[in-house]
Amino acid sequence: QLRKKMQREKQRKKAKKQKKESKIAVQNAEQDANEPESVDSASAPVFPPTFSVSEIKNKQRRHLMFMRLKQEKRREKLSLKKKRRKEREALGDEAPPKPVPKTIENQRVYDETTVDPEDEEVAFDEGTDEFSAYFNRLTNPKVLITTSDRPRGRTVRFCQQLATIIPDSHVYYRRGLALKRIIPQCIARGFTYLIVINEDRKVPNGLVLCHLPDGPTAHFKVSSVRLRKEMKRRGKDPTKHTPEVILNNFTTRLGHSIGRMFAALFPHDPEFVGRQVATFHNQRDFIFFRFHRYIFKNEKRVGIQELGPRFTLKLRSLQKGTFDSKFGEYEWVHKRHEMDTSRRKFHL
Amino acid sequence: MAEKSRVCSVWVGSETGILKGVSLAKKQAFNFCEMSHLSREQEVCVLCWGDVHETEVLLGCANGEVKTFSTEKGVFTETRLCGQIDEGKFTGLAVVDSALVTSVESGLVKVWKEGSTDTVEINAGKSVCRMRQNPAQRHRVGTGGKENGLKVWDLERPDTPVFTAKNVRNDWLDLRVPEWVRDLAFVPDSDKIVTCTGHHQVRVYDPATPQRRPVLETQFGEYPLTALSLPASPVSVVVGNTQGQMAVLDLRKGLVCGSLKGLAGGVRELQCHPSLPLVASCGLDRFLRVHSLEDRSVQHKVRLGTLAWLWTLLSLCFRSSLLQECPATHQGDEAVKEEEHGGEDEVWDAMETVTEKASQRRKATEGFRDGAEKMAIKKKKVKK
Repeated sequence: QLRKKMQREKQRKKAKKQKKESKIAVQNAEQDANEPESVDSASAPVFPPTFSVSEIKNKQRRHLMFMRLKQEKRREKLSLKKKRRKEREALGDEAPPKPVPKTIENQRVYDETTVDPEDEEVAFDEGTDEFSAYFNRLTNPKVLITTSDRPRGRTVRFCQQLATIIPDSHVYYRRGLALKRIIPQCIARGFTYLIVINEDRKVPNGLVLCHLPDGPTAHFKVSSVRLRKEMKRRGKDPTKHTPEVILNNFTTRLGHSIGRMFAALFPHDPEFVGRQVATFHNQRDFIFFRFHRYIFKNEKRVGIQELGPRFTLKLRSLQKGTFDSKFGEYEWVHKRHEMDTSRRKFHL
Repeated sequence: MAEKSRVCSVWVGSETGILKGVSLAKKQAFNFCEMSHLSREQEVCVLCWGDVHETEVLLGCANGEVKTFSTEKGVFTETRLCGQIDEGKFTGLAVVDSALVTSVESGLVKVWKEGSTDTVEINAGKSVCRMRQNPAQRHRVGTGGKENGLKVWDLERPDTPVFTAKNVRNDWLDLRVPEWVRDLAFVPDSDKIVTCTGHHQVRVYDPATPQRRPVLETQFGEYPLTALSLPASPVSVVVGNTQGQMAVLDLRKGLVCGSLKGLAGGVRELQCHPSLPLVASCGLDRFLRVHSLEDRSVQHKVRLGTLAWLWTLLSLCFRSSLLQECPATHQGDEAVKEEEHGGEDEVWDAMETVTEKASQRRKATEGFRDGAEKMAIKKKKVKK
């Protein structure tokens, strides 16, 4: 194999020389480099500095050269690692701390709209926005869950399971009714939230969350829905106790609004007797929903059991006012080509 | 306070009643608030300049008050009650010879004279979404609303409109095309009026012709157009819709020249600078963005929601002295000093001594205009 490689390299060099002879003026420097090359062609191959593996036209040879390159690199990397480890062990206690690896969350571009917890103005805004009625304990949430028209089994079961999780929620069959007509009726009957689960090809894929009196409407993309039956090592069905709500990592102004929307779905006072908790965890603009039952084994250790459905949400748009996709004003719209250009920039 | 207000080149009103002055050179927004207690009733619905020299800003609030803010002093000087809450929010504010013209959502346009309680009332229809004043003929005012077409009123003869626009012909299904005028603007050197509708149409009307239907109609996007502004060049118009898409349309053919990117939320108000190719936009995403019309890039982006209350930034006024606070930062210091000295003469002197970049641009545009005129003259000669 080595002989073949040597032969190939020689052939390559010849071909290169022929090319270069025709372009003398341009490649003077390389010709100078070539002359010593031809002298020691029998020994190790020396390529001119501007040569890269991708210039070789023959696929097999190119592949071989590339594999060799990779192996070289891997060898170097391993040797570096070994060296570093030895140095570390030699230094013992004096060794510098290990460098923290870069993750996308670490490298996140600082968002200007990140909310400062002590910001008075945010506090004032939140004291007077649409959710203030809920947060001032003037209203209790009452949720209507429905789907797009003619839902299939998975979606129906998903709705039923959601209804067990969210206290004071009612599932209604959508008889092809228009949302704009449902909304005034819901308001009249005292509902505070309308959840519409959109279905596509027998699988739920969208969620419209509309805060009722005149509140914002959020449209999410739903993915990875796991119903109770599909969950491994799950606990028994959730009880009717009000769960606690955990909202993780909603840092920006937009994130704050969405977080408050989720919080207002559940009644204010969780019943700790039920030991149930609903978690909305935001990471990289995806919101992961999980429902657990926890038990404190002792002061420091907790055991958790996952119950209930799990799904991920991604915000597509936040519209001011109740559902009106045509004439409503959008507070935030996800524009893929403008907002998703950087892998380290997130909006929620 | 006074210093801060003098430095500000863009003024924005918010939903909680705070007037924000934005200094583009410092990329910061300053708040000016009259009352210690803020409420949503004080929501600023319209803003306009109180006088030609741009020393006073008039704010129309949701509870019917019109406040005057002095940019020199940096405080609110006056408050007038011009209407009740039940009539609807203000949709237009203008100043005519020391009289105030207000219009509300219910369709009433009133002229409030200083000192006297008499008002001249005009009933402009069932609903008025926007009222704008003709900058050339200041006693003329245009109104438009939902199912209420464009009407141009002369305030000296308030009985009948000077021009009433007719709706477009029935569409291909022979159905009446719904009208919804969201914003309008008077084209400077002619009688024409450009309107943008909630049904994503942009229409140009020409009262000089006997045709009451639009002279030009184009469509942009699929969402209601909420804001419109005319840049210095008479040929184009900048529009924005509820999804945050902004575009520059050409009024000769009705085609899209280019779109301005960057907004995440609906556009509430657009304002072009009177002479520079800049357009400022504010919207529901709580940012003020200044785009350059030449290369359609964002020149300035200022976060208006450090006061995160502001989630609707309703209207804004561009100072024409923004010329001095041009993107070139090395001019910034000079500009600030000059503004502080005050006085018109100094302002005009300063404009002449603007450095190379800006003067080259002006020369270039002037050269182009001269060239165009020469071509026009030549063509006329040939025709003759």
